[in-house]
Order: sequence, then structure tokens, then C-alpha cells
Amino acid sequence: MKQTLAIAALATLAFAASAEARDQIRVVGSSTVYPFTTAAAERFGQSGEFPTPVVESTGTGGGFKLFCAGVGVDHPDLSNASRAIKPSEVEMCAKNGVDEITEIKVGYDGIVLANSKQAEQVEFTVEQIWQGLAKEVPVDGEIVPNPYRNWSDIDPSLPDTKIEVLGPPPTSGTRDAFVELVMEVGCESFPEVEALDEDRMEQVCKTMREDGGFVEAGENDNLIVQKLDANKAAYGIFGFSFLDQNADKLQGSLVSGVEPTYENIADGSYPVSRPLFIYVKNAHAGVIPGIQEFIDEYTSERAMGEDGYLADKGLIALPEEEYEQVREKATSLTPMATASN
Amino acid sequence: MTDIAREGHRGRPAAQHADLSQARLRRRYAAERRFKLYGVLAICLAIGVLGILLFSVVSKGYTAFVKTEIGLDVYFDPEEIDPEGTRDPAVLADANYDRVIRDAFERTFPEVSERRERRALSDLVSSGAWLVLRDRVLEDPSVIGTTERVWFRASDDVDMLMKGYIPRDVPETARRVSDAQIAWIDALDEAGQVGTRFNLDFFTAGDSREPELAGIWGAVVGTFLTMVVTLVLSFPLAVATAVYLEEFAPKNRWTDLIEVNINNLAAVPSIVFGLLGLAVFLGWFGLPRSAPLVGGMVLALMNLPIIIIAGRASLKAVPPSIREAALAVGASRLQVVTHHVLPLAMPGILTGTIIGMAHALGETAPLLMIGMVAFIVDIPSGFTDAATVLPVQIFLWADSPERAFVEKTSAAIIVLLGFLVIMNALAVILRRRFERRW
Repeated sequence: MKQTLAIAALATLAFAASAEARDQIRVVGSSTVYPFTTAAAERFGQSGEFPTPVVESTGTGGGFKLFCAGVGVDHPDLSNASRAIKPSEVEMCAKNGVDEITEIKVGYDGIVLANSKQAEQVEFTVEQIWQGLAKEVPVDGEIVPNPYRNWSDIDPSLPDTKIEVLGPPPTSGTRDAFVELVMEVGCESFPEVEALDEDRMEQVCKTMREDGGFVEAGENDNLIVQKLDANKAAYGIFGFSFLDQNADKLQGSLVSGVEPTYENIADGSYPVSRPLFIYVKNAHAGVIPGIQEFIDEYTSERAMGEDGYLADKGLIALPEEEYEQVREKATSLTPMATASN
Repeated sequence: MTDIAREGHRGRPAAQHADLSQARLRRRYAAERRFKLYGVLAICLAIGVLGILLFSVVSKGYTAFVKTEIGLDVYFDPEEIDPEGTRDPAVLADANYDRVIRDAFERTFPEVSERRERRALSDLVSSGAWLVLRDRVLEDPSVIGTTERVWFRASDDVDMLMKGYIPRDVPETARRVSDAQIAWIDALDEAGQVGTRFNLDFFTAGDSREPELAGIWGAVVGTFLTMVVTLVLSFPLAVATAVYLEEFAPKNRWTDLIEVNINNLAAVPSIVFGLLGLAVFLGWFGLPRSAPLVGGMVLALMNLPIIIIAGRASLKAVPPSIREAALAVGASRLQVVTHHVLPLAMPGILTGTIIGMAHALGETAPLLMIGMVAFIVDIPSGFTDAATVLPVQIFLWADSPERAFVEKTSAAIIVLLGFLVIMNALAVILRRRFERRW
């Protein structure tokens, strides 16, 4: 009898809850933007006026899927993204009634190729990285399975150590960005690759080697950091904030002669960097309490500015001029110009 | 022995046979000794691996239970906190306490004047340090205008430095604490203004992006709420199912089919239950995301087959003579079950339930799908509030870039292991005290 009562009570509770309005902001999306959005969310919650927003790390694509599913308390209010929203996602949003979206560029993130401080710091070109990591590379005018075992096989100036790079799996936004900014750029300068037809070229450019030269180390960047610390010959691919936090153990390799430092990523001279975004569902502003205020906090000078707390977390701040524009657009919740409008 | 001897007498001459049997006997004893040795080796290996695991977790994690604090003589400047002198809580809550802390630092180190340096100086304390001052002022507004020694939590980098995780002997650019900051800290340390204290906040605070502020209480409460829902849903359903199948159900193809399915369900990967929860509980029922209610429902589904199987096994273990005796004195079938069989089987069922719950306590995969893997600061206060659970908290911390989260991760693992040990110990005690053997 007691048990029946308990179940009945629980069921009532469940249905009562689902009807209830939500007073907490909900954010989904990229795991790369997650550390920054959570920091802003926490500061926002400390003010005590509104509950702390709940931030989920679902990945950029997964985030948009949830974000674009509709308008109403069952759907998230903001989405983190480590790339700009795709036209197909805008379409999906519009189909579900989410037609006014504000895009806020929060800053930049650098992707680094780093190794242990106890080994030498190396300078790579984008082409050399591609040759080291691609599954198939051109040798003497032919596309062949990657024959390089040591870095010095590619160029005698590189260290005579085995090619061993730990990197993120294909589900990761960092991997997408790495492929786009390094692999695709690196392969373009080879005429043998240029000569291929489009599909084949994409395959040659984007496919990572699977013979042990490139190791997928899972989504956990701390794991890569620990492995690099233990294995002096290995390199790792991860976001700048992890290099920043482990500066006593790791060093970033120079890419095209530029070292991955805060300044170099901020001024755009370090080639492997990407913008980070958050997207706001305008229809929820004013319905879910605190959205406007949260955006104000996120885009404030003390958060997004050069000396802000997000920079402390490893976010590369926007240049002054761009910041002003972004702030302006964000606080007024100016929706993106979409093709359908 | 006797068998061998008897066997020998049957055929061949005794002398020849005795030699052979001795050799065979030695071989058999040797095989037995080897087998025992393998067993001992296997156990040693298992204990060794467990020891390594526990050692690495505890050696990394124990430092998280203490925290570094910095004591500063804070002048509660009325100009800064309450210029109008209204003592209105809203004004007091909104004052710029960061400035008050910066002033306190400047009085301690008057020689630091450059803006960047001053920033580095106030970075010694946690970015949440102002909350301490705010709470102090709100609690007792009469401190305004006085000077008081206030202990602030050190920032995570300083904490790591004091605990020896950040080496001092590497070049300045290679560590997150500058030479100047180390000099300030050492000066404060000499003046007795740096101390270590038991980190009570680790047990009372919610999650935070600042490692020095982060605590597990939010996750512990979330775990508790989730487990309550799991227990309330899975236990009665599982016991009812087990009793029906074991005591009342006719043996036919349908009950066989149900039995096979229950056994199969126990082996289904937990993520599948998460997907089911997403589709059914969130999709159809429209229950809120990240809620312990949904998490508990999903884990209850996962738990059901485990408890059912354990329940049926312990019902089966009750000897038929008990049932027959009760029926013989005129008890109904229901009375036989509720008065005799179920009480006798209960210790076994409870053991199974606790082991199932301990299993559910360690799950993250099904919770991923229903949004419980999230950054949640506020402590949940009900079954429908957003919440997370201990293993998820460990997962989230392990994924954070800040070095100081390494010790937090290990400390949270210690707490989770503590819970598991308690639950398993409870299962053992229940079995020892109430189990009856026939």
C-alpha cells in the first residue's frame, strides 16, 4: 500500500513538474566553449539575482540539434559553438519556429601541436604536419601510403624521432578545426594532390594515418597532456587553454615560424586558430528570466575584455574594435541576417 | 589414496604398480600445488592492481582536503561599501568588494604601484574571495569602518604552489605563478599570513569553474535524489515481479519468454537505457532535462533486471518445506508468501538491491543522454531541479584544463569509493545478520 502511494506521489510530481515554467537559463553545445560559458554562468549566478545557468557539453552539432528543436521551456536558450552555424542548421531552426537567432562571437581559440618541455621545441610548416599525419602522401609524383616513420624522413631539419601524435577523435570540434586549418591547407601546396579529382582529393587531404603515427586519444585533453609528459617523443593536438595551464610541462611547436602564444593568436599571426560563438534564441529573451542580463555579463569588459576572467581561462579576446561591434550587437540582441528573411 | 591402491590390486603385479602410483601421485600433488599457486598469483595480481589504483587516487587526491588561505587585514572602507551610510542590504550586497581586497593588498605591499603588478597581486586570492567579505558585511554591518583580519581562499595557482605541484625552480615563463607573486607569497608566509586549513567547502559547495571554490555537495545531493527515485521505483516493482514469477506464475512458454527477456535486459549496455529515457521520458512525457527524477527513472529501468534476478534466486533458496508447512496449517497462497517466504528471502533481495544501487551509483553513460552531464552550480532542492551526480562530476572535473582540478578529481573519486564501500558493507552486514541457512 505504501509502495503504491509512493509511486502515485511520484507520478503526480512528475506531471506537475513538466507543466511548471523554467527560471533557469539552459545552455548546450560545444565542449570547447564550455569552460568559458560556465565561467560566465558562475559569475552571473554569484550576483544572486538569478539562478546559475545550467551548461551542458553536447558538442557543437549536438547543441544545434537541441537548440533548433523548437521554442518553449523544453528547449535550450543558448548554444555554444566552436564554428559558425551552418546554413542547414539555420534551416532546421527556421523549420521548428526558431527564426530569430543572435550570433555572438566571444573570442578565438588556438589549436596547438605541443610536446614535452624536456624535448626540443620544433618548428613545423603546415605542409610538414600534413605529410607527417596524412594516410596517403605524394612521393615522387605518386600518391602512396604514408612512408614516413621519423620526422626527419620528411625534412632533415626536423628531429630524428618517431612520428607519434596524439589527437582528438573525429567527434571533436577540435579535430574538425585541425583538419580544416592544417590538413586541408597543408595538402593544397602539393601539385600531385591538386591534380586529383575532387572526391579523391578530399579523401587524401583529410584522412589521418592509422598505422600508429596518429593516435586518437579520446576527448579528454588532460589525458593527452599526461601522456606527453610521460613520452618525450610524442606530440599532442589540443586547445590553447591546456597549453596555457601546463606551461611548466609542455611547449607549443612553432607553426610556419609562429609560436602559439596569447599575443600571436590574438593578432592572427598564428595560423591555427578559430573563432568561438554563442547563439541566443531571441524568442526566449523576456520569457526565461535573466537572458538579457546573462548576455550583458558574458560580453562585459570584465569577462570578454583583454584582462577579463575569460582570458584567464584561456580564451583569446577579440580585438578592441571587433569587441565593440560584438558587444553592441549582443546587448541589443540583433538577430542574424538569414537567407530566409 | 585408497582409490589408487584399490585400483592397482585389480590387474598387474603389486611391486611394479607401486612405483607407478608413487610417480602419478607426485604428479597429481604437483598439479594441485601449481593450481593453488596460480590462484594465489591471481589474487596477488588483483590486490596489486587495486593497490596501485587506490594509491594513485589517494596520493593525488588527499591534498584536496586541505586548502591554502591568505590572511589580510581588511579595512571595511565605508566610502567603498556604503558611501551613503544607509546600511541597506541591497547596497551592501552590491558594493565593489574586489576593490576592498585590492586596497588591503596595497596596504600590505605599499611598494607595488604599477597597474599590472597590482592585478597580479590581487590574483593571489581566489576570484571568489569577495563573496567572503560580502557575507561578512551582510551578517554584521557594524564591521564597516573597522579593520579586521580576514582569511581568504588562495587562488588555485597559489594553492598548487604551496602544495608543491607547481615547481619553483623552472624558468618564470614556464609556470603560472610569476617570480614576483612567489616573493609576495613568501613574504606573507613569513608574516604568518598564509595558512592551511581543512577544506570544509569541498563538502558543502556546489560545482565551480574555479578549482578552489569547487565542491561536491551539489553532486552528492543530486546522487541522493536520483538514488531515492531509483530505489522507490525499482524495488517494489522488482520484488513484485520476482514474487509473481517465482510463486504464482504458471510455468509455460510465456513465463519462459519473460524470464529469458529479463536475463537479457540485465546485459543490455547502460547507454541504451539512456536513449530510451531520452525518447520516452523527455520526448513523450515532457519531463524536464537534467532532473534527478528522470535520471532515477532511467537507472531504475537499468536496475530492475538485476534486482529481479537476485530476488528470484533468494526466493528459490527458501526451502519448499516452509511453504508446504504453512499451506498445511491452512494459510492461503498470499499468506504463505507475505508471512513466510518473503521475510525469509528478504536479506538476499536486499543484498541484491544494494549491489544494484551501488552499480547505478557509478553510472554516467545513461545520464549523458538526459542532460545530467552539465555544469550545475546551484544545489538541487527537489526532484525536478537540474542536478548532476558524483561520477558525472568526476568526469567533468577530469576534463577541465586547470591543474588544480586533478586533485579535486581524485578527491571526488575517494568520496565516491567511500560511498560504494559503505553500501557494499551494508549488504554484507545484512546478509550476515539475517541470512538463514538450511
